[in-house]
Amino acid sequence: MKGRYLVLIALAVIAAGLLSGCAGEEKQQVTTPSEKKEIKAAFVYVSPIGDAGWTYSHDLGRQYIEKNYGVKTAYAENVAEGGDDERVIRQFAEQGYDVIFTTSFGFMDATITVAKDFPDKIFEHCSGYKTAENVGTYFGRMYQARYLTGIVAGSMTTTNKIGYVAAVPIPEVIRGINAFALGVKKVNPDAKIYVVWTGTWYDPAKEKEAAISLIDKGCDVIAQHQDSPAAQQAAEERGVYSIGYHTDMSKFAPKAHLTSAVWNWSVIYSYIIEQVIQGTWKSEQIWWGIEKGVVDISPFNDAVPEEVRKMVEEEKQKYIKGEVPEQYPFVGPIYDQKGNLVKAEGEVMTDEDLLSMNFFVDNVVGEIPAS
Amino acid sequence: MIDPGLLASLLASSIRAGTPLLYTTLGEIITERSGVLNLGLEGIMITGAFTGFAVSLLTGNPWLGVLFGGIAGMVLAFVHAFFSITLKANQSITGLMLVLLGLGITGFLGRNYIGEVAFYIDPVKIPVLSDIPYIGEILFSHDPLAYIAVLLAAILWFILFRTRYGLEIIAVGEKPEAADSMGVNVDRVRYIATLLGGFLVGVGGAYLSLAYAKLWTEGMTAGRGWICLALVIFSGWMPQRAVLGAYLFGGLDVLSFKLQAAGVGVSYHLMKMVPYVVTIVVLLFSVIRKRVAFGAPAALGVPYIRGKKE
Repeated sequence: MKGRYLVLIALAVIAAGLLSGCAGEEKQQVTTPSEKKEIKAAFVYVSPIGDAGWTYSHDLGRQYIEKNYGVKTAYAENVAEGGDDERVIRQFAEQGYDVIFTTSFGFMDATITVAKDFPDKIFEHCSGYKTAENVGTYFGRMYQARYLTGIVAGSMTTTNKIGYVAAVPIPEVIRGINAFALGVKKVNPDAKIYVVWTGTWYDPAKEKEAAISLIDKGCDVIAQHQDSPAAQQAAEERGVYSIGYHTDMSKFAPKAHLTSAVWNWSVIYSYIIEQVIQGTWKSEQIWWGIEKGVVDISPFNDAVPEEVRKMVEEEKQKYIKGEVPEQYPFVGPIYDQKGNLVKAEGEVMTDEDLLSMNFFVDNVVGEIPAS
Repeated sequence: MIDPGLLASLLASSIRAGTPLLYTTLGEIITERSGVLNLGLEGIMITGAFTGFAVSLLTGNPWLGVLFGGIAGMVLAFVHAFFSITLKANQSITGLMLVLLGLGITGFLGRNYIGEVAFYIDPVKIPVLSDIPYIGEILFSHDPLAYIAVLLAAILWFILFRTRYGLEIIAVGEKPEAADSMGVNVDRVRYIATLLGGFLVGVGGAYLSLAYAKLWTEGMTAGRGWICLALVIFSGWMPQRAVLGAYLFGGLDVLSFKLQAAGVGVSYHLMKMVPYVVTIVVLLFSVIRKRVAFGAPAALGVPYIRGKKE
């Protein structure tokens, strides 16, 4: 008899374990409804919110619209691209969510597919290019903020070697590196940007090692693309400077961290939700930059001198006042690593060029791995 | 021509990257030597990483964090021991359950700890010795846990092969019925080996969050638990070989970054495969050369039921 009880307990424990494992995949949070006409918004995230990077920055936006527009929100995190995504999106649509945000490039086809079956629902896909009557896209021109951080890095380096811990070779990452490099070039034509690829979005231990490799090589400013602040920690430990990404990473490296290129998704989410509430929503391709505040840089470290701050502010104002095209700094002359002229003097790269970018500008050292 | 600075940087990194693998591998070696196969390393490591981080944050003492990381590992190992030793359940299934359990629970509980800054174990430069060019960087500039890991490998080797306790563990893992007939309490020895192993795996996880990456994020073990399962085979269930194996695998992990920083173009896709390819090659060798030194404990993964004929 005793043995049988034990087996029963054992099965219960296993079941509980498996359930908690599954529950980790998909959690929904529901808040108290507001008195206004209630809009329900759902968010589909590719990674856990806890990654402190990409998804975290989107979730800050979700919290913002929940608090400020009385929108009822729900989210599913850690949803696999091309796997579970279609089911999760469909489920939100069936549950009556008015607008569904899918926040990863890989959700594009699933979003389009589900949207066809729910013409009365609104879908918003982040970072993609496919749209429909009821599917809009949105993204931010992060390269503008990257460019500004490049100016800071180029001004602060003394070894003229700047390290960049890169994630995965896709145009978004390459564009960030090039914009950063052009910022460096503007203030310091002698400095080179050394790129090391980790092939990860968040493996803190590896990203830290990649940063250390660059520091060992003589780099005295380290920039990064991954979600974890591990590269910042490496810089702090080794007494060099660092540039963060996604959110203000200063608390992980108070001495090293100069500034971060940051997302502020609440700007776009607020805009879309207002349209939905007023009933004026239509399918758009939103790609906003620093002029709207979707991307920005975080407050400077005390180590950044006044004249550098001033120059960065001047460049930032050029975007805000419309003195430069949105594609700036991707304005010719731009040379690739082999010295070929990619864009002639005064020519501006098109959005198309930016979205398919697959070369490094001439002051970058490193290769783009074939994918 | 190899740049000595680059080589020193690579070797120092290998030791750093290999240390969490070493703790975990040593833990699993002890466990497997007693005949218990614990596939849950990934789940136990992440639990150790989270618990260590949380305790360090709450108490301000990273060493207490490491201790509790180990204890958390022990608790999960106890679950495994209970199922596989007391209930004679299928060991692979409970092990895999621990992976899901560990990743799920730490993801859930760990949410509020992300982005926090805890208290960490920092590298200590050993006076004089760390000033030796290159050698100092490679051998004498690590944190205390890295040195303890090597010491531990030596101690475990001694216990396993030079003491009665070790003999009992090995006997129980090779021929439990023989050990039983000699008066060895098979279940007790297996419990002790599994719990001790779980403790070390938990410490390996805590090393990741408190001494290596120095932060907590969900899923930060990133597959290291699985690598360690391969490392156990690689080291032929020998603690002394585990040191070599862990540093080698640690080195393979960081080699691509060193080469890239040095301007050698390598595909990181290829580099990511290398540890697994090495594992497969070693597995092949262990099959071809059926020597005792390479062999798994004979009763590995087999629950012991007294009086039951095989």
